[in-house]
Amino acid sequence: MAQASALRAPVPPAEPFKAEETALRPEVNQAHIRFIGLGKTYPGQGQPALQGIDLNIRRGEIFGIIGRSGAGKSSLLRTINRLEQPSQGRVLIDQVDIAPFDEDRLVALRRRIGMIFQHFNLMSAKTVWQNVELPLKVAGVAKAERQRKVRELLELVGLAEKHQVYPAQLSGGQKQRVGIARALVHDPEILLCDEATSALDPETTASILELLRDINRRLGLTVVLITHEMAVIRDICQRVVVLERGEIVEQGEVWQVFGAPRHDITRTLLAPLQTKLPAALQASLRAQPVSRDAAVVLRLDLVGEPELSTLFNDLGGRVRLLQGGVETIGEQALGQLILSVRGSSLDTHQLLERARRWAADVEVLGHVD
Amino acid sequence: MWIDRLLQGLLDTLLMVGVSSLVALLVGVPMAVLLVTSDKGGIFEAPALNRVLGAIVNLFRSIPFLILMVALIPFTRLVVGTTYGVWAAVVPLTIAATPFFARIAEVSLREVDHGLIEAAQAMGCRRWHIVWHVLLPEALPGIVGGFTITLVTLINSSAMAGAIGAGGLGDIAYRYGYQRFDSQIMLTVIVMLVALVALIQLGGDRLAKGLNKR
Repeated sequence: MAQASALRAPVPPAEPFKAEETALRPEVNQAHIRFIGLGKTYPGQGQPALQGIDLNIRRGEIFGIIGRSGAGKSSLLRTINRLEQPSQGRVLIDQVDIAPFDEDRLVALRRRIGMIFQHFNLMSAKTVWQNVELPLKVAGVAKAERQRKVRELLELVGLAEKHQVYPAQLSGGQKQRVGIARALVHDPEILLCDEATSALDPETTASILELLRDINRRLGLTVVLITHEMAVIRDICQRVVVLERGEIVEQGEVWQVFGAPRHDITRTLLAPLQTKLPAALQASLRAQPVSRDAAVVLRLDLVGEPELSTLFNDLGGRVRLLQGGVETIGEQALGQLILSVRGSSLDTHQLLERARRWAADVEVLGHVD
Repeated sequence: MWIDRLLQGLLDTLLMVGVSSLVALLVGVPMAVLLVTSDKGGIFEAPALNRVLGAIVNLFRSIPFLILMVALIPFTRLVVGTTYGVWAAVVPLTIAATPFFARIAEVSLREVDHGLIEAAQAMGCRRWHIVWHVLLPEALPGIVGGFTITLVTLINSSAMAGAIGAGGLGDIAYRYGYQRFDSQIMLTVIVMLVALVALIQLGGDRLAKGLNKR
């Protein structure tokens, strides 16, 4: 229940913040949510859960935070609606520091920020209708208005006919739809998604992500999501940060991070999505060339759509395509090719150099006879 | 007629159990909420209050009812003006049942998934909203189950109170069954008590099941 106490935890002395001053700077104006030097240390733990987080999240974008479990994603997300109290630094929403908010302002802020959860967190003793209605009820919204709003949102998530059912009778995907309806009932400007699809099967995940993208487009709200699955980031995010041990290790447009990952952690997280060698070939790979005319096996990550004949010519020798594919991420084509090159006049090092002209990232996977 | 006496005894028992359980419910639920929410990490965190309340509850729960009843005689006289009869029994019964029930209700409240509290905070619930709209409704089936146990325990204790002159079925069984060896009345009382307990248990289980939507 550590977060529960955030409501009444002593507020750290806020540094003086001048809204007028920053409002004049356009690059700051863009940011819907801004983290400045954010850090979080839990009492009794030496290693901080978050440190030195500087980040701008733009209005209307779908922003992804990815990392392995324990990387601090959850803590970072929860500082946005102050379910988590930062130890250092500030969180600005629309240029306003939220640290000094008292309970009234915090409640008002939270009504502008919807949140959905991995395990849905629906009230088991309430029907679908009552679950979606609850945020309006506690805000003192009149009954007629509540009914209009709940009906509208249940329509939006496609659960209008299930309104009298209890959550236990729903599938995981349906529960998350109720969660989404509940999160949107106050017409929030920000939606926080805490591993919202991690408990769902791939098909349901796809439909929930589609719904989130649709909501983002239609309602124009800013979506911040955390996940440990790169596929989720690839499917709906525009920008992403990679967190590791409470620090940002990589950030940028999703297609850039996917096309040319710079950090080992990013590569590890990307591994499940990468083109794999056929098992038979994998088994015959050698670290060193065994004979003079052994083939080099290369993996190339391509950005855009390069002309392959020229690329093959450039590498020299006989080039074979072993495995490959192209994906479109945020309107940017990203290709991955696994090639074997035999009888080239270039040695392995030179081949690598040559391939780098074409690809964002190149790796020698090994040699085959 | 002894049948009238038995009916009077049943009424007395029902009165003692009814009044003391009602008070236990009204005081015990808020007490349980306070025990849970004032604990470390709770929504009304207050460790000192939590410790004091916990100690009081433990104190009363560790005294056997027979001893508690005797020890409370001066207090009982102060409250109801007598130490004899149904109303005199209500005082110690209530004082024993309230912390007992509060502890059982506390367990149910603690079992409410923390994720639900977090979701409630995220949607802009104030703290008392969380108690009213989340903690209590979610824990209700468990609280009903706990109240059933409390009722059965109270019937048990009320018979003991009867033995020192509080009236009720326990009193009849003691006087006729033990002191006069009238095994027929004794047996009738036992059958009545068993039926009463079975009825309460059945009703409580039904209600708890109906309320549980999980």
